[in-house]
Amino acid sequence: MSYKAKFKVWRGEGGEGKLEDFTVEVNEGEVVLDIIHRLQATQAPDLAVRWNCKAGKCGSCSMEINGKPRLGCMTRMSTFSEDETITVTPMRTFPVIKDLVTDVSYNYQKAREVPSFTPPADVRPGEYRMKQVDVERSQEFRKCIECFMCNNVCHVIRDHEENKANFSGPRFLMRIAELDMHPYDVADRQEAAQSEHGLGYCNITKCCTEVCPEHIKITDNALIPMKERVVDRKYDPLVWLGDKIFRRAKS
Amino acid sequence: MEIERHEYDVVVIGAGGAGLRAAIEARQQGKRTAIVCKSLFGKAHTVMAEGGAAAAMGNVNPDDNWMVHFRDTMRGGKFLNNWRMAELHAKEAPDRVWELEAWGALFDRTKDGKISQRNFGGHEYPRLAHVGDRTGLELIRTLQQRVVALQQEDYENHGDYEAYIKVFAECTVTRLLKDGERISGAFGYWRETGNLVLFDTPAVVLATGGIGKSYVVTSNSWEYTGDGHALALLAGAKLINMEFIQFHPTGMVWPPSVRGILVTESVRGDGGVLRNSEGKRFMFDYIPDVFKDKYATSEEEGDRWYTDQANNRRPPELLPRDEVARAINAEVKAGRGSPQGGVFLDVSTRLPAEEIKKRLPSMHHQFKELADVDITAEPMQVGPTCHYVMGGVEVDADTGAADVPGLFAAGEVSGGMHGSNRLGGNSLSDLLVFGRRAGAGAAAYVDGLPARPKVSPEAVESAREEALAPLGRSGENPYEVHHELQRTMNELVGIIRKADEVAEALQTVEKLKERVRLVGAGGTRIYNPGWHLALDLRNMVLVSECVARAALLREESRGGHTRDDFPGMSPEWRRKLLVCSSEDGSSVQVVEKEQPPMRDDLITLFDRDELKKYLTDEEMAEFDGIAKKS
Repeated sequence: MSYKAKFKVWRGEGGEGKLEDFTVEVNEGEVVLDIIHRLQATQAPDLAVRWNCKAGKCGSCSMEINGKPRLGCMTRMSTFSEDETITVTPMRTFPVIKDLVTDVSYNYQKAREVPSFTPPADVRPGEYRMKQVDVERSQEFRKCIECFMCNNVCHVIRDHEENKANFSGPRFLMRIAELDMHPYDVADRQEAAQSEHGLGYCNITKCCTEVCPEHIKITDNALIPMKERVVDRKYDPLVWLGDKIFRRAKS
Repeated sequence: MEIERHEYDVVVIGAGGAGLRAAIEARQQGKRTAIVCKSLFGKAHTVMAEGGAAAAMGNVNPDDNWMVHFRDTMRGGKFLNNWRMAELHAKEAPDRVWELEAWGALFDRTKDGKISQRNFGGHEYPRLAHVGDRTGLELIRTLQQRVVALQQEDYENHGDYEAYIKVFAECTVTRLLKDGERISGAFGYWRETGNLVLFDTPAVVLATGGIGKSYVVTSNSWEYTGDGHALALLAGAKLINMEFIQFHPTGMVWPPSVRGILVTESVRGDGGVLRNSEGKRFMFDYIPDVFKDKYATSEEEGDRWYTDQANNRRPPELLPRDEVARAINAEVKAGRGSPQGGVFLDVSTRLPAEEIKKRLPSMHHQFKELADVDITAEPMQVGPTCHYVMGGVEVDADTGAADVPGLFAAGEVSGGMHGSNRLGGNSLSDLLVFGRRAGAGAAAYVDGLPARPKVSPEAVESAREEALAPLGRSGENPYEVHHELQRTMNELVGIIRKADEVAEALQTVEKLKERVRLVGAGGTRIYNPGWHLALDLRNMVLVSECVARAALLREESRGGHTRDDFPGMSPEWRRKLLVCSSEDGSSVQVVEKEQPPMRDDLITLFDRDELKKYLTDEEMAEFDGIAKKS
């Protein structure tokens, strides 16, 4: 059950590049990353792509397939028709190093700017006691495989390079929410979420939630609750407006 | 071409669990530490670990303790384990898991708020700390975030995040350098730019993981090319137990592109059962004599065990991995396999759909997305996949030191801890326990050095030439050579071995060595996977030779080494380790070495009746003497 598919793959390095056409064999059950690997093995040995686990667990093979951010390893070829031309390009928000590989160092910088887990000084290892229901909220966010597709798709930085300095992106705003909801974290994170990490830039269009391969409800479960926790509410008209329209019961 | 140069006290190669834990320890002991890894930070193969980290915390069953864990580990490894490592591992694993919690890890909880623990093959009590079935991800993320926390501390104190610990991501080490007998540095290249880099360092910790990419069907990612194994050999260190390779019993068999990807053992731990095409739970036919009294003999008893472990024996689906893998292999060979060449693993008729989604979320996700199979409604099809190498660098149990001064190893790249077969869950705890010990060992070694070893310009020059050579050649496509090596190892040195087939594999490996020397890579040095593979091939071929040579010599079947022509376990062979070395990197020599006898207080933890199945008559007489004294 194999056929020849038409692919357009972005190739280039050093700031220049173009889409190159390939015709390549596709077999039953394959995913886009398999096809990229077949191109490497048969037609373009130096075609650059990141990948590791090939099972949707490591978040390395983020790319844009027909313009949508996707993991190459989790995009089945059977979701396309046989006569469709499939266009594969690197993530747009980050500078291209070569072909499908981008410079994602922005994400690692932002990770470093979020103060780490801060437990109370008097709790010793082995003494932690937490209820399952209390850890589940943060556990959802810790499912994140750091594919960085949420940051890639977020329009705050996708088309606005100038915002990168002041905006940590959904991934790291969610990290702040994760720590804020950790039963043992004692740091005050709410003010900094707004003033240093740019929570206010988020206008909850949920693009990040849509592309998340782990199906984490980034907007609903992390960003909106975080906005609500931010003390100085007048900085964020959306929350103010939201509160006017839907009055939330405080627990 | 200028070579970038860095000076560190400790260089850790590999950023999985063992590498990160080693680096954290070295940095906590005040050493300037580099972490060098082939992938991005946080992507290492540890993320694939699903089931959990085994640690006898006794949170679910208070009868658990380090002695029970020690016994299970030795049993799983068929008593060939380095018993000192098994002892340290069992004793220290709980502290290492609790420490992760203090660094922000969020494990699943028991009702009284402690870390929950789950059942797993070969473990007598529920012992695996876990987070659903994504425990490896939690572990790697926690360690990654701990590294970041230390960097933030350094920023506070020194104004530089990278003052004491720096990650060199997407950077591959191709050679270790020595000054006389001692390690003096490591040489490599940046994958991104192709630029060359030299680490001037007196201590190197290898934490590079395994060798699965020498096989066609494997659960391992591209990184698992035996780099650390080969670097150690080339630096003059020794590898042990290389004949023992774990084929995980349950890898996906369909679709073809994901063949080999892991289906966690937790599926069986949480109630999943194995059936053949006749619908029979065939594992009851495969309980080996050594385990006869520990496993249920009827489906009814096996099923009762899930709710009443005190009064029932566990179902045979939870036998150690080597047993289950061989059983599946035998069922498929006998024509009782599933349509796509595996057997059926069914959890859908055993647990409610909601419970499956809660306990096995990533398995549910993986099958839905990759195979379009809903595991809450239908069985999975599974078969053995190359998963883990028990063999590795021969190290000192307490410090992780190899016998080259300045060289340390931890995690999968080290050998001994798991004997001939690793228990599920013992890998994540191994990484933590021995990662920390290797980091501490390296730090102590550096403190004790009278003078810093020097890197010689000649060694750098030859490493440079070697690294760049494939780019200048218009030779064979490295992908073809790689495929042939994978086919050879899979077919001839796979789960069941025969002398003539292994000998044939060795002949092929000889020919492949020649071809590796001639492979060429087109394109530039910037992010060029063809070039990278050409360099990795040297390591894969060298390590494959170790596996095949040792497999040919060991004339018995034990754990991850099954000889069709020597089907039984031999008490004489239990005492022998096969030690691989390489004089000049062109070929491998294997010699036998005697394993030291177990310490008295450890061997007396076992029943005489059990030891009798493994030990020689002479060893039994010694044991009786010890037992009488104590």
